[in-house]
Amino acid sequence: MINTSKFIALIGVFLSSLLLMPAYAADNGPMVSGGEEVRQTPPPPFSEGIFPCSGCHAGMDVNEKRRVLKDEHTNIILEHDAANRWCLDCHSAKNRDKLHLASGALIDFSESYRLCGQCHGPTYRDWKAGVHGKRVGSWNGPKSYFLCVHCHNPHSPRVKQVVPFPAPPAPVGKPFFLGGKK
Amino acid sequence: MENQETKKNPEKIMNRRNFISATGAVAAGLCLPGLAGCSKKAFNKMLRKHFLEMTPEQIQEMLKDMEKENAEKYSKPGVTIDATPAMKGVQFAYALDISRCIGCRRCVHACVKENNQSRDPMIEWIRVLEFKKETAIDFAEANPYYCSPASVHEEANPPGHKSAITPEPFDPHVNATQKAILDNPLSQYPLYRPPTAAAPDSPCTVPQEGHFYVPVACQHCENPPCVKVCPAKATWKEEDGIVVIDYDWCIGCRYCMAACPYGARHFNWSEPKLSNEDLNPKMHYLGNRPRMRGVVEKCSFCIQRTRKGLYPACVEICPVGSRKFGNLLDPKSEIRYILEHKRVLILKNELATRPKFFYFYGI
Repeated sequence: MINTSKFIALIGVFLSSLLLMPAYAADNGPMVSGGEEVRQTPPPPFSEGIFPCSGCHAGMDVNEKRRVLKDEHTNIILEHDAANRWCLDCHSAKNRDKLHLASGALIDFSESYRLCGQCHGPTYRDWKAGVHGKRVGSWNGPKSYFLCVHCHNPHSPRVKQVVPFPAPPAPVGKPFFLGGKK
Repeated sequence: MENQETKKNPEKIMNRRNFISATGAVAAGLCLPGLAGCSKKAFNKMLRKHFLEMTPEQIQEMLKDMEKENAEKYSKPGVTIDATPAMKGVQFAYALDISRCIGCRRCVHACVKENNQSRDPMIEWIRVLEFKKETAIDFAEANPYYCSPASVHEEANPPGHKSAITPEPFDPHVNATQKAILDNPLSQYPLYRPPTAAAPDSPCTVPQEGHFYVPVACQHCENPPCVKVCPAKATWKEEDGIVVIDYDWCIGCRYCMAACPYGARHFNWSEPKLSNEDLNPKMHYLGNRPRMRGVVEKCSFCIQRTRKGLYPACVEICPVGSRKFGNLLDPKSEIRYILEHKRVLILKNELATRPKFFYFYGI
């Protein structure tokens, strides 16, 4: 009798673990070909009317020579290791609507964190754990991960100074017991 | 001694509830029908049991009355007050990255909006302290009033400047970010706006060179001194670790404010002013329902949001993502990752209050 109930309990545990396994896998996010997890992120913050890049670049020849841009994109000031880097180190010359990794693999702008993670390893690790950067949503449910570029302008990544919201009202004058007014 | 007496004649022992019931019965006897303020509801309110002793039905009845009352008072539809209980297997904890906080005070103001604080006098549950890097966390050196209009005016504000808060200048990058975030269905906190870079002529900007910022609110201690001193049992620690206040039971003695080493509790010295538009209609009995004059209030980890699985308002609004929140008992939570991988500190460790609010260095 006891053995039977034990057996049933064991089967129950086994079946429930089978049921739970897909849920656990889903929790880690679906995998892509590169073996990287895909995370739910808000759409990348493109400047108004800039994307798709092929809208302008489709009929243009690629000039792979490193140079200062004079006709277009003059508002972009590169302050991100500018001495060693320029546009085509991140933007793909083959497919103008994509970025490319060091390996040459093309990625979407929505997966730009993989590009950033190539150099910023520890930060990328923390971001994946939800510790660096911002997430919104539910603490025990679906979350949306902000991309690196939502807070850091990729061309000038240092976070800029901001104006703070109003301060609490400061106490005025001397305290009463030190001769101040009531 | 006391026990013996209780055994001898238990009916003679007068506790607070017996006393109130007795006086209530007398008052009911004296009360003439139709006299103002002598309604059955008013008596029910007066003779109400402690929240923890009420049955679920009694709680529901009370909440319904309270919803009606507030919907009338603020003439606002959709007022809901719930009493969602603690989830099983959850201990809430909070972590704040002091290496990333920029002191922008957006959390302070999101908290005020979410939690129905009085706008006049202004009550703020979060206080952002500015410290100099060379003094580290020395509370004697803390400055909560940085960039206040007065100090700005004295130090850096040229004559003719109206306010320390200038409109945020146009920045195409950040505006696109704003749009992207607002379009995101998972962004459940529509107050969020990514801050734009300050204009070069801004009178006061943060983070100031050589300074760092430590926002302080209720630390939700494991061993809360405020709960110990309350003579009315109006404040207690819930099963998920949230220290809550029942405003209807608070007698306003302010012992808890004296006992709290973090200055987290705030007193309603006058009738709180909250306009109809400002009222957040989604409320919790132990959280953001409107307070009255003469009661103490404090951060409740946004109990009305977190018990439903949402992040607190301050987490949702933080523009640099320095605020982290989650379940301490979940090994996969971001809180556990921080405790296991980062340098963590708690405030006033020597007092053995065991806060569940951790500060850490993310770098």
